[in-house]
Amino acid sequence: MSLTAPNEVVTRALLRQVRVPGLDKPAALITLDNGFDHTKPNTFGPGGLTSLDEAITAALAADPAFVAVTGKPYIFCVGADIVGLPALQSREQALEIGRLGHRVFARLKDSAVPTFAFVNGAAMGGGLELALHCHYRTLSGGAAALALPEVSLGLVPGWGGTQLLPNLIGIPAATQVIIQNPLMQNKMLKPKQAAEMGIADVLLEPADFLERSLEWAAGVVNGTVTVTRPEVDRDMWAGVLYFARQTLDQRLHGAVPAAYKALDLLETAKDADFATGTAAEDEALADLVFSEELRSGLYAFDLVQRRAKRPAGAPDKGLARPVTKVGIVGAGLMASQLALLFARRLQVPVVMTDLDQARVDRGVGYVHTQIEKAVGKGRMDKGTAAKLYGLVSGTVDKGSFADADFVIEAVFEDLNVKKQVWAELEKIVKPEAVLATNTSSLSITAMAEDLEHPERVVGFHFFNPVAVLPLLEIVRGERTDDATLATAFAVSKQLRKSSVLVKDAPAFVVNRLLTRFLGTVFAAVDAGTPLEVANRALDPLGLPMRPLALLQLVGPAVAYHVGGTLHAAFPDRFGVSENLKRIADSGQPIVVDDEINAEVAKLLVVGDQPLTEEQVRQNALDALAQEIRLMLDEGVVAEAQDIDLCMILGAGWPFHLGGVTPYLDRTGTSERVAGQRFLPPGVASLRS
Amino acid sequence: MPREVRDVVFVDGVRTPFGKAGGMYANTRADDLVIRCIRELLRRNPQLPPERVEEVAIAATTQIGDQGLTIGRTAALLAGLPKTVPGFAIDRMCAGAMTAVTSVAGGIAMGAYDIAIAGGVEHMGRHPMGEGVDPNPRIIAEKLVDPSALVMGSTAENLHDRVPHITKQRTDAFALASQQKTAKAYANGKLQGDLVPVAIRDEENGWGLATVDEAPRDTSLEKLGALKTPFRPHGKVTAGNAAGLNDGATASLLADEATARELGLPVAMRLVSYGFVGVEPEVMGVGPIPSTEKALRIAGLTIDDIGLFELNEAFAVQVLAFLDHFGIADDDPRVNPWGGAIAIGHPLASSGVRLMTQLARQFAEHPEVRYGVTAMCIGIGMGGTVIWENPNWEGGDK
Repeated sequence: MSLTAPNEVVTRALLRQVRVPGLDKPAALITLDNGFDHTKPNTFGPGGLTSLDEAITAALAADPAFVAVTGKPYIFCVGADIVGLPALQSREQALEIGRLGHRVFARLKDSAVPTFAFVNGAAMGGGLELALHCHYRTLSGGAAALALPEVSLGLVPGWGGTQLLPNLIGIPAATQVIIQNPLMQNKMLKPKQAAEMGIADVLLEPADFLERSLEWAAGVVNGTVTVTRPEVDRDMWAGVLYFARQTLDQRLHGAVPAAYKALDLLETAKDADFATGTAAEDEALADLVFSEELRSGLYAFDLVQRRAKRPAGAPDKGLARPVTKVGIVGAGLMASQLALLFARRLQVPVVMTDLDQARVDRGVGYVHTQIEKAVGKGRMDKGTAAKLYGLVSGTVDKGSFADADFVIEAVFEDLNVKKQVWAELEKIVKPEAVLATNTSSLSITAMAEDLEHPERVVGFHFFNPVAVLPLLEIVRGERTDDATLATAFAVSKQLRKSSVLVKDAPAFVVNRLLTRFLGTVFAAVDAGTPLEVANRALDPLGLPMRPLALLQLVGPAVAYHVGGTLHAAFPDRFGVSENLKRIADSGQPIVVDDEINAEVAKLLVVGDQPLTEEQVRQNALDALAQEIRLMLDEGVVAEAQDIDLCMILGAGWPFHLGGVTPYLDRTGTSERVAGQRFLPPGVASLRS
Repeated sequence: MPREVRDVVFVDGVRTPFGKAGGMYANTRADDLVIRCIRELLRRNPQLPPERVEEVAIAATTQIGDQGLTIGRTAALLAGLPKTVPGFAIDRMCAGAMTAVTSVAGGIAMGAYDIAIAGGVEHMGRHPMGEGVDPNPRIIAEKLVDPSALVMGSTAENLHDRVPHITKQRTDAFALASQQKTAKAYANGKLQGDLVPVAIRDEENGWGLATVDEAPRDTSLEKLGALKTPFRPHGKVTAGNAAGLNDGATASLLADEATARELGLPVAMRLVSYGFVGVEPEVMGVGPIPSTEKALRIAGLTIDDIGLFELNEAFAVQVLAFLDHFGIADDDPRVNPWGGAIAIGHPLASSGVRLMTQLARQFAEHPEVRYGVTAMCIGIGMGGTVIWENPNWEGGDK
C-alpha cells in the first residue's frame, strides 16, 4: 500500500559524496531540506520518508566510508508532518505511517556501514528518532531544542523513540524526555542537557559544526576516536516506571491515554527485541491517531501556534500608536510585576506612582530585587540590568505621567476608586494616552463613562504570575476606539503575551468560567457533599489542579469577591456561597500537603443532599457548557476557539481536552445542555 | 624612551581551499571563510591561550556586506576569541593580507603586543572587483591616471607594451608550468596541510565539504593559445595566463619570537624586512621589482641571497618581468615550486598569507636555504615584498 499526503511539504533528502581528510573513500552526506528557510522546519510525511529511503539506497550503493544525515541551517528535523494525521481514513493507513518510518529509519540502524546523525539544529519527534537510529550522533551547541513532544499532543514517539532512547540513556532520563517533559508545558532539552543525558556522543560548537562533525566521524571510522557510553542500568527499569505510573495517576487520573501507552512501550523496551518493540509502537500510534484526545491535542496545538499569534477581531496594526513611556498607577505587588515586565519587554521608561513615598520605595525596591536575582541566576546580563535600573522609577507625583503614552492601573478592585484614578489622571496625561486597567471583573465601559476621552480606556487583564502566564484578555469597552485597541494589541505583542479580544462583560472569559465551574462544585459542598468527594469529582478530566487547590491559588477572598460581581450580573447562575465566605474570613488554608484541612471542614454549614462524584462532575460540565454558549451568544469572544485559547493559556487547561469545548462536544454535554455543538465534527474531534 | 626592536616570527598559517567565483562557495559567506581559518589556527596551536591573541587584522578589498563591519573585529568575535581581543579591517587590494602581516609585525616589533592574527578574505563571487567604487572625477579631468589603470587586465596589457620581449608564448608556457607544478604539489601532498576544510551548501546537493582548490585545471599550450584576450583585441592577456576570479580566505599567527618560544609555539619563519613601493598605476605589475629592491636594501641583502621565491601570479607577464629584471630563469626551481595563483587562484586580499604559508612549508623542506621572498603586485600601482629567514637554516650555501 502506498501512502500519499496531498499537501505534504516534502523534506527532500539530498545526497552528496564528500571527501573527508583522513579517509580513503568518500563519505555519503545526506541533507534534509524542504527548500524553505528555518521558519518552515523540515518534517517527515510519506514523501519525505520515501526521499530519505532513496537517498540511503543511493548512498549505500556507492560503498561510502560512512553515511551521515544532517539538516538545513538551524533545523535538523522537527518530526512527523502531523498536519496530515486527521486526514487518515483508516487504522491500516495509520499503521502504515508507523511502519514506513520504522522501515526507512531501520536502514540506518542496521547498516553495515557506520551511520551518523549530525544534529545541527532543532530535532524533535521523528527527527530525533531518526538521529537515534544512527550508530553515532554529534550535536551542535547551537541547536534550538531537542524533544520527543508527542505525548503533549496525544501521540507517542512512534518511529522507534520509545525503544531506542531508554536503551541509550537509561530509563529515568528516557521517561523524563518521553513522558514528563511533554506534560510539563512541553519542556524541551537544550543541547548541553541532551549531551549530558547521553543523547549525543559529542557536543560541538556551532561555528564549525559540520566540519568538526565530519572530522569526528572520520576519526570514529578510522579508529582515532573512541566512543564510550555508560552502561544502562536495567535493574531500576520496573521501579522507575512504577513510580512514573503512580505520578501520572495522581496528576492525570487516566485522562491522557498517550502517556500510558508511552509507559507501556517503555516497559516493552527493556527486554523486547527491536522488531517487537517497534510493532508495538505501530499499534499504539494507530490507536492514538483515532482517539479524541489526539484530535483535541492537534486542535489545541494549532490554536496556540497560530490563532494566538493573530488574535481574532484585532484592528489594523497600523492604527497602533507608539509607546515610548509607560505609567503604572500603584506600587503594590501586581504593579511592581507589571513595571518589571513592561520595562524588560518594551525597553522604555516605566514610572510607578503610589500615595506615599514608602509604598513607592517598596515597589521600586521589589523590581530592583527581581533584577538582582535574575542577574545572580545568570538569566540577565549586567548591561540589561543596568538599563532596567535606569528605566524603572517611582514617584508620588502623578505629574510624571504627563508624557506617558500608556498608563495602566493596578489599584484596589473598586469601581469608584478606579474612576477617581482615571478622573485625576485625565487632567495630567496627553489626550491620546491609552488608559489601561488590569481589572479582573469590573466594567470597562462604566470605568470610562465620566471621562472626557472614554475612547482611550481599554481592559488589559493579566493572569498571575504576570511574568509566567502567557494570556492577556484585551477588553473593548463600548466606546473604546480602534487606535486604543490596536495600541493595546501592539503592546501585548511586545510583552510577548498571547491576547484574546473580549467584549466588556462581567469577569471576561477565564474568571467567569472558572467562577461558574468552582461555584457549581461549591454548591455541591453547600448541599452536603463531602469536600473530598467534590474535590475528586473532576479527576477524570486530568486538569492541572483539583478545584480546591485552584480555589486556594486564586484565594478564597478574591474568589468570593469575583463571585459577588458575577452574582450581581447573573444572579440565577452565579450563587453566593456563605461557606466560601466562612473559609475566606477564617484565613485558613483549604488544602495542606494535598489533604483537605480538617479545620476548614469544621467551619462549613452544609445541607443534607450530598451528590456523588459523577453528579458533581456533570453539574460542573453542564454549567460550563451553558455558560460558554451564553458567552458566545452574547458575543463575549468571536468564536469557541477563543474560549479554548483562554482556558489553555490563562487557566492551563490541557491539550487533551482541547481547552474545554472539544471535550464538552465529545461527551455530548454541549448538545444536551445547549442544544448544539460548539465546533463542527472533525474540527477538534473524530469525524464520526 | 629607548626600546629594542623585537624579532617577529611567523608561527603558523592556514587557508581555505580557494573556490571559483560562483562556484563551490556561492552560498558561503565571506566572513565565515575567514572565521574558519581563525578557529583552525587556534585549534592547531592549543598551547596558545586565546586571550593571548592581542590583535586581529583581516584584509578585504571590498569592505561591503559580509566583508564589511570591521571584519577583523567581527570575525574575531564570531570565531569565539574572547571579547577582550581587538581587531581591525585593512585594505591594500591584492596585498591586503600581506599588509595585515606587516602591520601587526610592526606592532609586535615595537612591543605593542606579543601575538596577533593576520589574514584576509575575498569573495569575488559575492563582491566582484569594482563593486560600489566611485572614482574621483579628477582622475580623468586632470589626467592623473589613465582610466585603464583601474582595470587590472588592462594594466597587464600595458605592461606587455613596456616589455615587448615577453611574448604571449612565454606567458602561456609559464602559466602551463604553474598548473603542472600545482598538480604535482597536490599529488605529493604539499598543499593539503595548509587547507582548512569548509562546509559548503547548495539547494540541489545539500551540505558538502570543500577540501581542495576549485581553480586548478588540466590544460595545454594549445588550449591556452586558443583563449580569448578580453582586455584588448589581439592582446596577450587571457584567463589562462592570469589568476582567475576566486573566493577564499587565509589567516596566520604572528608572534614576538621570545613569546613564541615561551609558549612553545612553532617558529616557521623569521621576518627580516619588508617594503611597499608605488609605481605607475597603468603598469601596476612592475610593483614587486622596486618593493623587492627596497626590502633587500633594508635587510642588507642582494637578490643572490634569496633561496626561495613565492611570487603572486596575478598575471604571468608581471612575474616574468620580475624574473627578467633580476636575471632569473622562467623555470628557476626556486620560484613558485608548487605553482601559483594562475593555478591555485587569487582571492585578492587573502593571497599574501598563502604565499607565506607555502614559503614556510618550503623552508621546512629546505634547511639549506636561509632567505626567502614573498612578493606581489598591487592595484593602483604598488608592489609589496616581505623577506623571511628560515629558522631551520643549517648554514648551507644560501
